[in-house]
Amino acid sequence: MYSDKVMDHFSNPRNVGEIENADGIGMVGNAKCGDIMKMFIKVEKNVITDVKFKTFGCGAAIATSSMSTEMVKGKTIEEAMALTNKAVAEALDGLPTQKIHCSMLAEEAIHAAIEDYKKKQQQGD
Amino acid sequence: MNRIYLDNAATTPVAAEVLQKMLPYFSDVYGNASSIYATGREARKALENARATVAAAIGAKPNEIYFTAGGSESDNWAIKGAAYANSGKGKHIITTAIEHHAVLNTCQYLEKKGFAVTYLPVDEFGRVTAEQVQAAITPETILITIMAANNEIGTLEPIEEIGRVARNHKTLFHSDAVQAMGAIPVDVVKWGVDMLSMSAHKIHGPKGAGVLYLKNGVRVDPLIHGGAQERGRRAGTENLAGIVGTAEAVRLATKDLQEKAAKISALRDRLIAGVIKTIPDVRLNGHPTERLPGNANFSVKFIEGEGMLLRLDMAGIAASSGSACTSGSLDPSHVLLAIGLPHEIAHGSLRFSISDKTVQEDIDEVLRVLPGIVNTLRDMSPIMA
Ligand SMILES: Cc1ncc(COP(=O)(O)O)c(C=O)c1O
Ligand SMILES: [Zn+2]
Repeated sequence: MYSDKVMDHFSNPRNVGEIENADGIGMVGNAKCGDIMKMFIKVEKNVITDVKFKTFGCGAAIATSSMSTEMVKGKTIEEAMALTNKAVAEALDGLPTQKIHCSMLAEEAIHAAIEDYKKKQQQGD
Repeated sequence: MNRIYLDNAATTPVAAEVLQKMLPYFSDVYGNASSIYATGREARKALENARATVAAAIGAKPNEIYFTAGGSESDNWAIKGAAYANSGKGKHIITTAIEHHAVLNTCQYLEKKGFAVTYLPVDEFGRVTAEQVQAAITPETILITIMAANNEIGTLEPIEEIGRVARNHKTLFHSDAVQAMGAIPVDVVKWGVDMLSMSAHKIHGPKGAGVLYLKNGVRVDPLIHGGAQERGRRAGTENLAGIVGTAEAVRLATKDLQEKAAKISALRDRLIAGVIKTIPDVRLNGHPTERLPGNANFSVKFIEGEGMLLRLDMAGIAASSGSACTSGSLDPSHVLLAIGLPHEIAHGSLRFSISDKTVQEDIDEVLRVLPGIVNTLRDMSPIMA
């Protein structure tokens, strides 16, 4: 059902954990639908220098969390905002159609963390 | 890797004895059971022997046994057939909220066709009572359909008591005994059922083969129209190899039942005790005692079922879950919601189903690897306290 890439990211997820004093935190999904993702980002000079996640969810949810953190690490805020769930799914060599729902959350979680970062920036000014 | 199969409620491997019995009927005894020449007569004889074997196993008469293409067909036939044949008397059906989809979706279909269906709620253990059934009966009620044992949480329903209620009200009573066969004694007379569904592949028989018991005198419309097979009630050239395999599977499954059930439930209890002891925040779903000997269903808090299944699979262990992401829908299992579990706890369900081929080492291997799997996933969980 899952590609080798998905299984790789599911069984050895990259960037699991939390960042203390994160510059942005995004949490999306809910326990009712079965998937929750929480993303933590560290930003320096408009570049995402570190990113970590925690996910409650299926294999696709965990694998897309892992892959999306890899894809935004070292990227500028603008580049990271341009991340789409389609790109994440492609990087994982595709996902079963009934799992597209779960893969949307990765994009949403990254975006939510960035929005949180921007909000904090404005408040800080 | 040594593969450990603990998903016997989903399906089972065909037993070697069953396969041996089936093989001649693919090519040696290829005749059509309706033909008059020798190979046809031989097929006919095998068919009627199979019918007698299945009948004897459940306390029925041979002419009350009808071979179908599996549990789903048997459920569909019993429910639609009885509904359509008896709609002149009334259009109300009683069932439960925790039936298999073969029953639930058939009832929902009938609702669209103008029938009214009562879905009885169950208690926290998944039990419905005869009193609930009694209270739901109206003069319009023509059919009660309630499973003997639930496939997800293993809860046994009080079929005998419900049978008494059905008889008192002269209402047809169907029971889906797909999971009960070979696990608990099934006796159609003692249970007071008019119709009963079975499936071969859950008891080491072939897939795509099943049985509907139809008590003599019960009126049901055919589901499959055509030739005069199965006394004109279920058309189609008989799947003889499947039928012979079904009969042998039924015979083996009901042989030494008590001994096998005792052995299987001891393994189940070892698994339940071990999981509860070694993993915090776990609950057993289903009834503590009134449950299938081979069923252990847990909810593991703070994590989701599919992740556990995938990691168990990597460790060579096959199990199942009622989480949304394994069912391919957005909602977790209707059975787990019906026993009152909140969504997030229903998503973390894990079902192991044991057979008489399971050994203690299999259970101990699960107990060895599961705590680590749960820890890994909990370390990743944003809702873990
Ligand atoms: C309780 C119950 N009823 C019906 C069925 C359907 O049986 P089959 O797979 O033979 O169509 C199953 C199996 O999934 C079951 O567990
Ligand atoms: Zn999912």
